Amino acid sequence: MNSSVIVFPGSNCDRDIAVALEKLQFRNKMVWHKDVDLPKSDLIVVPGGFSYGDYLRSGAIAAKSNILNEVIKAANNGCLILGICNGFQILTETGLLGGVLLRNKNLKFISKDVYVKVINTENRFCNKYKKDQILQLNIAHNEGNYFTNKEHLKELEDKNLIAFKYSDENGNLNEENNPNGSLNNIAGIFNSKKNILGMMPHPERTIDQVTSNVDGVNLFTSLLS
Amino acid sequence: MKITNEVVEKHGLKLEEYSKIKILLNREPNMLELGVFSAMWNEHCSYKSSRIHLKNLPTKGKQVIQGPGENAGVIDIGDDDAIIFKIESHNHPSYIEPYQGAATGVGGILRDVFTMGARPIALLNSIHFGSPDHPKTKSLLNGVVSGIGGYGNCIGVPTVAGEIKFNNTYNENILVNAMAVGHVKKDKIFYSKAKGLNKSVVYVGSKTGRDGIHGASMASAEFDDNSENKKPTVQVGDPFTEKLLMEACLELMKDNSIISIQDMGAAGLTSSSVEMASKGDLGMELHLDKVPCREENMTPYEMMLSESQERMLIILEDGKENEAKKIFEKWDLDFVVMGKTTDTNKLTLKFENKIVGEIPIDALSTKAPIYDRKWTKIKLPEKKTKIKDLKKIKLQDALLKILSSPNQSNKNWVTNQFDQMVMTDTVQKSGSDAAIIRIHKKEKAIAVAVDSSANYCKAHPHTGGKQIVCENWRNLISVGAKPIAITNCLNFGNPENPKIMGELAECILGIKEACEFLDYPVVSGNVSLYNGTNKKNIHPTPVIGGVGLLLNINNRVNQCLKKEGNLILQIGKNFGQLHQSIFLEEIYSIVEGPPPEINLSNEKNNGLAVLNLINKNLVSSVHDISSGGLILALAEMTFNSGYGINISKPKNFFNLMEYFFSEDQGRYLVEIEPNNSNKISKILNDNNIFNETVGVVQKNYFEIDGELKIASNDLYETNNTWYNNY
Repeated sequence: MNSSVIVFPGSNCDRDIAVALEKLQFRNKMVWHKDVDLPKSDLIVVPGGFSYGDYLRSGAIAAKSNILNEVIKAANNGCLILGICNGFQILTETGLLGGVLLRNKNLKFISKDVYVKVINTENRFCNKYKKDQILQLNIAHNEGNYFTNKEHLKELEDKNLIAFKYSDENGNLNEENNPNGSLNNIAGIFNSKKNILGMMPHPERTIDQVTSNVDGVNLFTSLLS
Repeated sequence: MKITNEVVEKHGLKLEEYSKIKILLNREPNMLELGVFSAMWNEHCSYKSSRIHLKNLPTKGKQVIQGPGENAGVIDIGDDDAIIFKIESHNHPSYIEPYQGAATGVGGILRDVFTMGARPIALLNSIHFGSPDHPKTKSLLNGVVSGIGGYGNCIGVPTVAGEIKFNNTYNENILVNAMAVGHVKKDKIFYSKAKGLNKSVVYVGSKTGRDGIHGASMASAEFDDNSENKKPTVQVGDPFTEKLLMEACLELMKDNSIISIQDMGAAGLTSSSVEMASKGDLGMELHLDKVPCREENMTPYEMMLSESQERMLIILEDGKENEAKKIFEKWDLDFVVMGKTTDTNKLTLKFENKIVGEIPIDALSTKAPIYDRKWTKIKLPEKKTKIKDLKKIKLQDALLKILSSPNQSNKNWVTNQFDQMVMTDTVQKSGSDAAIIRIHKKEKAIAVAVDSSANYCKAHPHTGGKQIVCENWRNLISVGAKPIAITNCLNFGNPENPKIMGELAECILGIKEACEFLDYPVVSGNVSLYNGTNKKNIHPTPVIGGVGLLLNINNRVNQCLKKEGNLILQIGKNFGQLHQSIFLEEIYSIVEGPPPEINLSNEKNNGLAVLNLINKNLVSSVHDISSGGLILALAEMTFNSGYGINISKPKNFFNLMEYFFSEDQGRYLVEIEPNNSNKISKILNDNNIFNETVGVVQKNYFEIDGELKIASNDLYETNNTWYNNY
């Protein structure tokens, strides 16, 4: 499978995601934000970091970059798109995903391991997970507080477009285990065709038993199957 | 403008120093030249009070590639890998503007590391605040923590370890020390020594503004006429630009274009150009019209003294300018050839086609003043406090009070604001004795830790200096690393006061003795003096940052208990010393007497024995015994483990408090399988290492028969509450 990772000035998880993709047998290319062409890709990853310093608003400037026009075209043609952390913020800024990511409810940067529950497994990204499986993933963000309007939230729930929700280790969804204040504990969502996934947790940080756990691996192996 | 005595003093120079400048120049300097002198001759850049003591520190060793004197120290970790690291203070700016002060502290130390060709792989910090009750402490804590996080998180380097302490000695002068660690291939290390004549001197990075001009030189007479501009301005950090600068520099370093490179840190363009020329025994000519400025009408004086962040000076090989420029343009950074190396041995500053300043390089570097300041020896205080005279307290109450005190509390509130995982090589995060970072795509790793013990150093600086090196050494051993070298940040008060100078001299002596004995050289460091005022100086606070090596990442250990029924062995002897302990301070508000004695020979034997046991896979967990003594170390081993401990009562001790809370040094706790017990005892006894079983791992409860019984979860919760309620 061919993957491309978009690199903006200020991206800082680009290497991490490339390491993960290569480890899991993707043929990966790095694509610089000023490039006007995308290599042939089955998967495009918009990685975490602070694109353009996240000045103005997280992801706002990246959403207007040259390469994002190509990503939008590819997305509309059905290419798989994965936005992680800042990548998720960028995808909401482009409109490829609905809603916005507000500042964390405690107004502080939060970096820690959290539990998330896999809500939807019938898609290209999560088919190797079991429904309601609990994963331990790492988050690291200032603006991860997912917010959207009532109609869209209803659509996300009714059409099963929520990929992950923050939970406790037994899968209970409650405010105590919602690290950033996201609506309905949302940690990741799909677009209506489910070819685009945006998520705040970093699956690329949990692919190695030495540094953490391997709960992120199946997200990548799902894509390969 | 005429240079009056007042102008000289406003530049932080003494009148005698000004006379020396006139002799060196053979004339009066102009304002620009005076500014350049003040920047280079201040304590921060010249080390004029500390230099004669610092030169006694051991700086060489089999694994040392570069000791002090460069942007950072370099050690060999085998194969073609080297580690570059340094610690630096940003105390004064952080007190004035905590967020930016701390952020730019992190930015500065990162530049020191990537200037030498290394990709930064870890950040650490040691931060000291005043009493939690002091009205400024809370906002300073918030500001500093978000500043450290703001910079490191954005640039994408994990912040993996550190220490946070509160003590009213820092009420008026907090300490913010940041350490950066980078990885480099041995044949790709870059130095600051200029070489060759007529080579291009290139300015890269951010534009120059008027920020931080007071940083090294304080106010200037020129600003007197315009009070608006005189407002001191702390430098403002831009981690985004630093990320671009780092990537651009590392990209340029892939080929052989760079002769030498130096970051513009304290005293900006002045110190970077002088250091490069001085090391290369060359002159340098700079055309200040070319400096990219972000403000209008900047004068040569302002350009030379600005401490705007995220800038570098590079000397390039002939004909490499265009290629290099392309790289910096790709990253949207300024790139300007602004001068050349010369054979004049002078710093020549040109502006609008005129020479506006010209100073011999050696007058700014090797001929800068060095002082052998008066200092007084500090006697070992007497032991006055006797435990039997103190009001009795229950062991359980004392333990819970200490566990929930600000200094001993769990620091998740802080560390959860730092990205510890980015770069995905963090094997062990903060909250243990040392953090472990894997070398990218390899099986080996480094361990890193920072430590300080201001109370011990205040009580007896010589012992305190030794102790803090030993504690740092012990922390690295406790995770399975062989300690290799340290960096130090010496935070002290006013060196013109002989007592304070005595603290500095004797702490350095202690550090020297411990480093020599443990074969643990100092490869880089920083001195921060004048912390506090002459009347109210901070406690002497040397901070030690150590780096150790794990050849095989699978040989790492942590402090978490592993299995019910395992034995816990104390290695090293407990003498029941309570003076200067956390116990006396927290329970009785007594801070007096001598710090715990250091026996370097025992320290070394015990440490090497523990490392040996770890490498033979004979221990399941290890924790060093430090602040709070045996019982606190035992309690910490239960955290996040799911287990408790059945702790044995001592056989010989008269007083339980002395047994459980003493801070005698050179001690470790190791968890072992009972069936390895004989084998381990034999190894330890053969090496004359004192050891005794102090407890057995059990389910759920932390208990001492007849004295205390607490659920391990409650113990953890007690430890976890202070920050959340502050």
